[in-house]
Amino acid sequence: MSINKQQDFGTPASAATQLVTLEIDGFKVTAPVGTSIMRAAASIGIDIPKLCATDSIEPFGSCRLCVVQIEGGRGMPASCTTPVAEGLKVVTQNKSLADVRRGVMELYISDHPLDCLTCSANGDCELQDMAGAVGLREVRYNPIETHLDAVKDESNPYFSFDPSKCIVCSRCVRACEETQGTFALTIDGRGFDSKVSPSQNEAFMDSECVSCGACVQACPTATLMEKSVIDHGQPEHAIITTCAYCGVGCSFRAEMKGEQVIRMVPNKDGQANHGHSCVKGRFAFGYATHKDRMTKPMIRASIKDAWQEVSWEVAINHAASELKRIQAKYGKDAIGGITSSRCTNEEVYIMQKLIRAGFGNNNVDTCARVCHSPTGYGLKQTFGESSGTQDFDSVMKADVIMVIGANPTDGHPVFGSQMKKRLRQGAKLIVIDPREIDLVRNSPHVQANHHLKLRPGTNVALINAIGHVIITEKLMDEAFVKERCDIASFAKWETFIAQEHNSPEATESVTGVPATELRAAARLYATGNNGAIYYGLGVTEHSQGSTMVIGIANIAMATGNLGRDGVGVNPLRGQNNVQGSCDMGSFPHEFPGYRHVSDPATHKLFEAAWQAELSDEPGLRIPNMFDAAMDKNFMGLYCEGEDIAQSDPDIQHVHAALRSMECVIVQDIFLNETAKFAHVFLPGSSFLEKSGTFTNAERRISPVRKVMTPLAGYQDWEVTQLLSNAMGYPMNYSHPSEIMDEIASLTPTFAGVSYDKIDELGSIQWPCYDEDSVGTPIMHEDSFMRDNGKGLFMLTEYVPTIERSSRKFPLLLTTGRILSQYNVGAQTRRTENNAWHAEDRLEIHPHDAEDRGVKMDDWVGIKSRAGETVLRATITERVQPGVVYTTFHFPESGANVITTDNSDWATNCPEYKVTAVQISKVNQPSEWQEKYRAFSETQLDLLEQGTSNS
Amino acid sequence: MKIETLVKMANDIGNFFNAESNKDIAAEGVSKHILRSWHPKMRREIIAYCKEDGSALSELARTAINKLDQA
Repeated sequence: MSINKQQDFGTPASAATQLVTLEIDGFKVTAPVGTSIMRAAASIGIDIPKLCATDSIEPFGSCRLCVVQIEGGRGMPASCTTPVAEGLKVVTQNKSLADVRRGVMELYISDHPLDCLTCSANGDCELQDMAGAVGLREVRYNPIETHLDAVKDESNPYFSFDPSKCIVCSRCVRACEETQGTFALTIDGRGFDSKVSPSQNEAFMDSECVSCGACVQACPTATLMEKSVIDHGQPEHAIITTCAYCGVGCSFRAEMKGEQVIRMVPNKDGQANHGHSCVKGRFAFGYATHKDRMTKPMIRASIKDAWQEVSWEVAINHAASELKRIQAKYGKDAIGGITSSRCTNEEVYIMQKLIRAGFGNNNVDTCARVCHSPTGYGLKQTFGESSGTQDFDSVMKADVIMVIGANPTDGHPVFGSQMKKRLRQGAKLIVIDPREIDLVRNSPHVQANHHLKLRPGTNVALINAIGHVIITEKLMDEAFVKERCDIASFAKWETFIAQEHNSPEATESVTGVPATELRAAARLYATGNNGAIYYGLGVTEHSQGSTMVIGIANIAMATGNLGRDGVGVNPLRGQNNVQGSCDMGSFPHEFPGYRHVSDPATHKLFEAAWQAELSDEPGLRIPNMFDAAMDKNFMGLYCEGEDIAQSDPDIQHVHAALRSMECVIVQDIFLNETAKFAHVFLPGSSFLEKSGTFTNAERRISPVRKVMTPLAGYQDWEVTQLLSNAMGYPMNYSHPSEIMDEIASLTPTFAGVSYDKIDELGSIQWPCYDEDSVGTPIMHEDSFMRDNGKGLFMLTEYVPTIERSSRKFPLLLTTGRILSQYNVGAQTRRTENNAWHAEDRLEIHPHDAEDRGVKMDDWVGIKSRAGETVLRATITERVQPGVVYTTFHFPESGANVITTDNSDWATNCPEYKVTAVQISKVNQPSEWQEKYRAFSETQLDLLEQGTSNS
Repeated sequence: MKIETLVKMANDIGNFFNAESNKDIAAEGVSKHILRSWHPKMRREIIAYCKEDGSALSELARTAINKLDQA
């Protein structure tokens, strides 16, 4: 293994298809029009010296190191800004050029510390490399003034900014603008005074910097440097793997020193992220080796007992015997399992296999139950497949982007940056959200054309009104509908949607969105050429979540915005493997590939392959499991990678259900909230300690590769296999690739997927039907995946949620997440990311705050019909009057103490996004928070008692 | 499982399919949805409730559950 640095071509690739041929240093080279001479040269192995150029950003032409001579041309043009042309004859090396380059380098070095041997970039410094390349042997200048005394900025927890080493090449400034789209950096001053400035000469942490790392990546010297490299030195080998945070699924190079991760560097060849990253994936990986990591299996008889560390054999046998005992006592259906979107595809697959074949029931569910299960239902019904329709790159061809109930710059930041790039190029933007997300007007050079600031819970009324405008103003794509859709269903929908009660004027009083604004937005989407919809949990986590997904599908079909680049319906998945965990059959009614358990052919196929008698009846969903536990009908749970005791709604009910079970088995890397109710703890492995695959929001199956030995000794799939064998259902996989081979053999949409192919291509987007297929970036190009190939329109009557504001609970609470923290926070809370967000807070509009005497930073009680919690207040006009908002990253916040058991009609996805609450100023934590603190402290004591001798 | 929970779930499903003007098709939709997504024990319990009382069920949900019973 080696560090195997990725080649830097100096300037970005040209997308042109027209080719030209030129001659560089006597060698013929053919390149697309628009390619720089620098890149063309690099493509044939001729490296022209450079400093201000790098292939992730547009050329700038400032350093003058890359000058060349062109036959018949004047002077020495910069090769980074000079495009190729037919017949050019270019010289990259001669004495004149060498003299110029040496002179340039001499000037740079005259104001640069000569501390190469002790510099953190030693061995990975482009300035050092260029000094060598141009043959610099002396510096004749003796400057009277330099920048060598410039003060370091160490404010960012992950990287250092040392201006004494800055060559003012502007790569960091341009990366912040072009790649990230934050514009936090600038060059302040002129001439000798020029310097890189975060914001208005502020420290990085006080500026708008979002710590994505693009500037660090772009810096050619040690000016911007990861603190981990400063502490540990340069890495010596690199392994490509996939980020374990959000559903963008960024590809990273884990740059290692032995088994220690030195840094995570975004992979330039990553097909989802193209070399970009966010603060979580780039820097927040320290949780993997945090002191809280659990590395020993443990058991106990009751949650009042101290934990006892045991061997793997004892723990697994105990877990299996308890599950068997419960089945003998309460029946076959009294146990089940919950998988997670944080697990790999292979882990999820064998988990559901264990439950279906080993437990003998279909009581398997996944955390997608509480996020995107309505996406699975709605898109399967209308388009025939439970997935988004596009690849991420499709956004670069979109002319009108509609973002519904999503906050891409916080929740899916790398894709958010790509979307912002397209918006800066001129695409129009419609935001549908109760809250003012950054894209509305807080992102530089981006502003929404329409922000439809609807009341929480009225999505379906709004999407119906958009459909109404499309139909009644005859804005639909008749040819698409006629050719591609089920005509009878369209006729029914057309009649329904045209009814007056669906008009913008009729729905205005419900949604709060002015009819004229809505009509303008609908017209823009329907007539603005390529219209692309991106949506998040603001769509799905409602009592009509599935109806809203169907409504979105309806308007996309009606306007013909499907089946080609630049359009589509795109669910932004919250966690890294939401799509994959659903694909792998972790819902209680579906085998892998979304095939119903009662389908005779599928049922027979799996019975034969798995050599087991399988149930053809749906199993229990997560909320059903909790209800059944309260009835003493569901008494044993195997939960892998999911923290239901923090993330699920109406948490007091969840806790009561967990307490009522006789055996809760938790497999996780930390003693999470659920583990505090557990009887068996099986230590899990982080994404750095195992191999497998993740499937991101664009159906891209990407490699996860073990870069360090599992701290607890086993990869998660091995633990599940051990449990299965102890349960009496044999599994004998020796590598996760064998699991993928089995998945491919049983699932038509994965038939052509293999580890060899993933390694060869980097990643594969399913469907991938056979060996020759390289995957499917865009779905439904010729026909939909329904049996008759036609898209199905469905009726979407608006049904108000029962969770309405009242005199007692006059405000509506909605929830979301923030850039620096991730879901329940188990990972990011154990990193320096707390520097940005150390607590969940309640956002409240100034009017509502004033009515209640609440001031900024006051403690406020938030009470709903389910419970009460206390948070500090942030007063902001981001939320509209009558609406309050919070995040849910800290268990002590108890956001889910107040959310209710109301859920989506089709899938029971909880209605997290609408909870009627009252707010009042308080001066102490809620009763639940006091109880939680006491319970949590007791559990940590019980852990301490059990592990203190080890 | 609490019958109130099952009744609410069935009525919520009914509310979606109620948009269909042909009530036979609507009831078929509700019935099929329950058949394909509910654990058999939950189905048995809602059918038993529907037979014994059923008053808290919407008309469409009741029709659908009767269909389910006859299937």
